[in-house]
Amino acid sequence: MSAPPRHSAVMSISNAGPPQSASTDKPQTPQQAQTPTQPMSGLRVPSNRKTIYDRHLNRSRNAELSRASFAFLFAEMVTYAQRRVTGIQDLEKRLNEQGYPLGLRLLDLLFYRSTSTSSSALSSSSTSSSPPNRPLRIITLLHLIHGPLWRLLFQRAADALEHSVSADTPNEYMITDNDPLVNTYISVPREMSMLNCAAFVAGIIEGVCDGCGFEAKVSAHNQPSEMWPSRTVFLLRFGDSVMEREKVLERAGVK
Amino acid sequence: MSSTTKASRIGEEIWKTRVDKVNAELVTLTYGTIVAQLCQDYDSDYQEVNKQLDKMGYNIGMRLIEDFLAKSGVGRCANFRETADMIAKVRTSVIRNGYMSEQVGFKIFLNVTPTVTNWTSDNNQFSLIFDENPLADFVELPDDGRSQDELWFSNILCGVLRGSLEMVQVQIEAHFVSDVLRGDDTTEMRVSLVRYIEDEMPPEED
Repeated sequence: MSAPPRHSAVMSISNAGPPQSASTDKPQTPQQAQTPTQPMSGLRVPSNRKTIYDRHLNRSRNAELSRASFAFLFAEMVTYAQRRVTGIQDLEKRLNEQGYPLGLRLLDLLFYRSTSTSSSALSSSSTSSSPPNRPLRIITLLHLIHGPLWRLLFQRAADALEHSVSADTPNEYMITDNDPLVNTYISVPREMSMLNCAAFVAGIIEGVCDGCGFEAKVSAHNQPSEMWPSRTVFLLRFGDSVMEREKVLERAGVK
Repeated sequence: MSSTTKASRIGEEIWKTRVDKVNAELVTLTYGTIVAQLCQDYDSDYQEVNKQLDKMGYNIGMRLIEDFLAKSGVGRCANFRETADMIAKVRTSVIRNGYMSEQVGFKIFLNVTPTVTNWTSDNNQFSLIFDENPLADFVELPDDGRSQDELWFSNILCGVLRGSLEMVQVQIEAHFVSDVLRGDDTTEMRVSLVRYIEDEMPPEED
């Protein structure tokens, strides 16, 4: 299988193919394509304007769905992926790749929401509030993942955030989830005990990091404890360029 | 009409009290990434993507019905005879009450209550109209000139319905006839009864 660019696996599968004029390949609706209300693309839109452009982004903010629906979908996703891979690592890689585009998008959603609420709460007088604060330092990024991202996805913060104690690996950080939702309904066969399907979540984290400009590799690891049998540690390894920049920023006193 | 309101009341009640919940956006995004992956794997052969989604839905439906029966409180079956009775009961309610259980099922699964309408005179075909479809939030189909004519983004729901009804011995055929994502004003699924699957008793044990 050829490796496509990661960004191509977009969630909304929206930007596939070059823009094209609607009138050339849809001659039966030329007048419709020329109306000014039509968006730039050649896509048809419903007349009641139920499109992603017309509906509010926060509409689904507090919406809930059945946990079973997630469990079933996730299980199908894993089963499907399993049919197309050769081993555990390959499977985890695939799950990671499916989570990655979600991370890129969730990042935008998080910033969009954090500004829209803070601007209305803090500076309601000025319409142009300060641009969203993208994390510049690793630790702010990690707090963003540990707190807001986890709350958006799982309605609670992650359980722990740690820095590698080894001097050889200062670029390694760990985020722990004692009982990951994604693994709740997955039972891993004994011979695949290394597998952790939270690789999907690792992919989401990786997408968030990359989207912020922090090149990183993220993987999920089983670290069961007596009290938390499905405890999972997400290991974040930041790239050299990130660590170099981190040093510069540290000297410059940027927070 | 009364059966419809009754179904939605039951659905609402179960939804409020007996369903574990999760953030809707997590489900929406996960479904989106599944469809995107299929489009990539099948090289944008949307017919094949539709087929795969339907298959996934079928697998889900077969197991979802358990969840549905458990939550809707039909009760446990002590023996095979009772099982058959129960299936028949569900089946009658499915047929008589305007496929009531489907409505409840969708409520439990997706927190939406589709409208049941457009029955044929022989009562063997009807439509489900989805005012809301959480699976399709944040979605725009690829602008490649084909996807809006070929891809049924929410096709997994057809499979879910087919799988779950087959478990109560009703064989159906379901397909979408319109979708807001394709530029239609409504999202409509057409459901037709194929046949009732007759009981097949297991061979006698001596």
